[in-house]
Amino acid sequence: MILYSKTHEYIRVEGDKGYIGISDYAQKQLGNVVYVDMPDLGDEIEKGEDFGAIESVKAASDLISPVSGEVVEVNEALSDDPRLINADAMANWIIAVSIADTSDLDDLMDQAAYDEFCAAAH
Amino acid sequence: MNRKVYGKLIFELSREGRRGYAVPRNGLSDDIVSESVQLPEAMRRATPLRLTEVDEPTAVRHYNNMSTNNFGVDTGFYPLGSCTMKYNPKINEEMACHSCFAGLHPSTPAFAAQGALQLYWTLQKALCEIGGMEEFTLNPFAGAQGELTGLMVIRAYHASRGEGEKRRKVIVPDSAHGTNPASAAVCGLDVVEVKSRPDGTVDVADLEPLLDDTVAAIMLTNPNTLGIFEKDIPRIASLVHEAGALMYYDGANLNPLLGVARPGDMGFDVMHVNLHKTFSTPHGGGGPGSGPVGVRKGLEKFLPNPRVVRRTETPDRFPVNESDRYAIEYSPLALGSVSATLGNFAVQARALAYILTLGSDGLMEAGRLATLNATYIKEALKDCYLLPIEGLSKHEFVFDGLRDKSTGVTTLNIAKRLLDHGYHAPTIYFPLLFHESLMIEPTETESRETLDEFIAAMRDIAREAIEDPETVKTAPHLTPVTRPDDTTAALNPVLTFDSL
Repeated sequence: MILYSKTHEYIRVEGDKGYIGISDYAQKQLGNVVYVDMPDLGDEIEKGEDFGAIESVKAASDLISPVSGEVVEVNEALSDDPRLINADAMANWIIAVSIADTSDLDDLMDQAAYDEFCAAAH
Repeated sequence: MNRKVYGKLIFELSREGRRGYAVPRNGLSDDIVSESVQLPEAMRRATPLRLTEVDEPTAVRHYNNMSTNNFGVDTGFYPLGSCTMKYNPKINEEMACHSCFAGLHPSTPAFAAQGALQLYWTLQKALCEIGGMEEFTLNPFAGAQGELTGLMVIRAYHASRGEGEKRRKVIVPDSAHGTNPASAAVCGLDVVEVKSRPDGTVDVADLEPLLDDTVAAIMLTNPNTLGIFEKDIPRIASLVHEAGALMYYDGANLNPLLGVARPGDMGFDVMHVNLHKTFSTPHGGGGPGSGPVGVRKGLEKFLPNPRVVRRTETPDRFPVNESDRYAIEYSPLALGSVSATLGNFAVQARALAYILTLGSDGLMEAGRLATLNATYIKEALKDCYLLPIEGLSKHEFVFDGLRDKSTGVTTLNIAKRLLDHGYHAPTIYFPLLFHESLMIEPTETESRETLDEFIAAMRDIAREAIEDPETVKTAPHLTPVTRPDDTTAALNPVLTFDSL
């Protein structure tokens, strides 16, 4: 199950674990990504708060977490080549978290709702 | 621009053994030299210094050709939004280069530098009048350092009231210049973002719940980064003050308000101005900046040291000697020093020359013309470029790319194509409120003819985007460097010729 936030992060939910990245739409809007600032393993992150930042040739944006939880995986490949996000944003998640409370997912959008949200944004 | 473009590096022109001049032999025998200048082995270079070796005509032509690749306000129109790239009158240079100023050592005692201190003091007073502030310091070296200084004043103010630990938040709208949150972070404060309305103005309803006794200040740019005047400013100021916090004015967009409205009258407590924007001193690659900071009455004691004061009498009430009229003072309550001496003095000299040349009427005219020029371009182009916010704007405005987006021509393409027309590109992809922001600020120093030519070029590009989009997408075609790979440049910067 993949859900999206209004700040264009996605979370792919697998059991109690969630893989968080930025959407394909966000990737396109940002342009070529040159740096991803990621949290450390074991960090506690909070829904609605920033857990890192992403920098492109155009802009720098905070990464806002769609859920609260502990960081259990960090995609180290992005440190070497942040452009992986442009190549495939959905496959190249940024961090994985253990979701503390699944009700955090309630206000997120599914694919159809998110597509509509993006279409309305432009 | 029909000249052959020049884009060589001096290293490429180097040929071994080639010389411009032959240095005469020193006449001393090698023995004497090596004995008297015996450097320890470890301090000597292992390999000879690699200098370029060129003959004189090659060196002269190289640098002359390089100089013609420069682009500045002295060569063409420079509508870089938010930067106020106005023309810098040459009389400013003449004043700053006067030997009495230029030859002055920064450590000259006050009695021997009365003229320079009078200049500093007069500019302080002029800025107080323009900004509606009680006192100014001219010491910060740039706009961002001015922001940091201003926030340090605010922090010192809260600390003096025993609230230094409690008030750690700085509220910044999402439409703000990036330096605002950066300065707050460097100052050790926490940044809280407040969402803006579609026109970039602050939503009072969103702001109100954020205001409590943990807030140190709110930082605002007025007119904002979309060139829209913040009409709710008195209401915002009263809410912020009720919460015990201070109002910070980012002076980046002061130009249209010159002589028309004053931040002090709007309720701002602390402000900075950019002499290199509003007061026509060289900017960007053209020279150092200067970011004076002004404060309302009651905050002046926190301003950084050293400070320049004008004395009318001595402490024991004798009339002061002319050689002691202006003095450098150090306040014990000051937050410290932000520059070793009194800031970028030569920049201050240029700014004062500008203010005195225009006078108060001239300054007011400058601000109004800046607004008129921007509005003229906006109205002339809004049928082909998308104007996301209708209504009155000031000295700058933002398009959200072309109206017709079906061709795939982006703001970046338009900016690159403008280079072929001989213009500096506008600011692009800022503010972040729109996807295709194109921010234009012509300033007041441009003639109607220049504006008309620019408008024609912009219309040309809009037409070309439909008729021949490829030409726009692959622009520029007439510059020495066409499309640098900005991604690789950011990821793997090549900083020396050797690593090429």
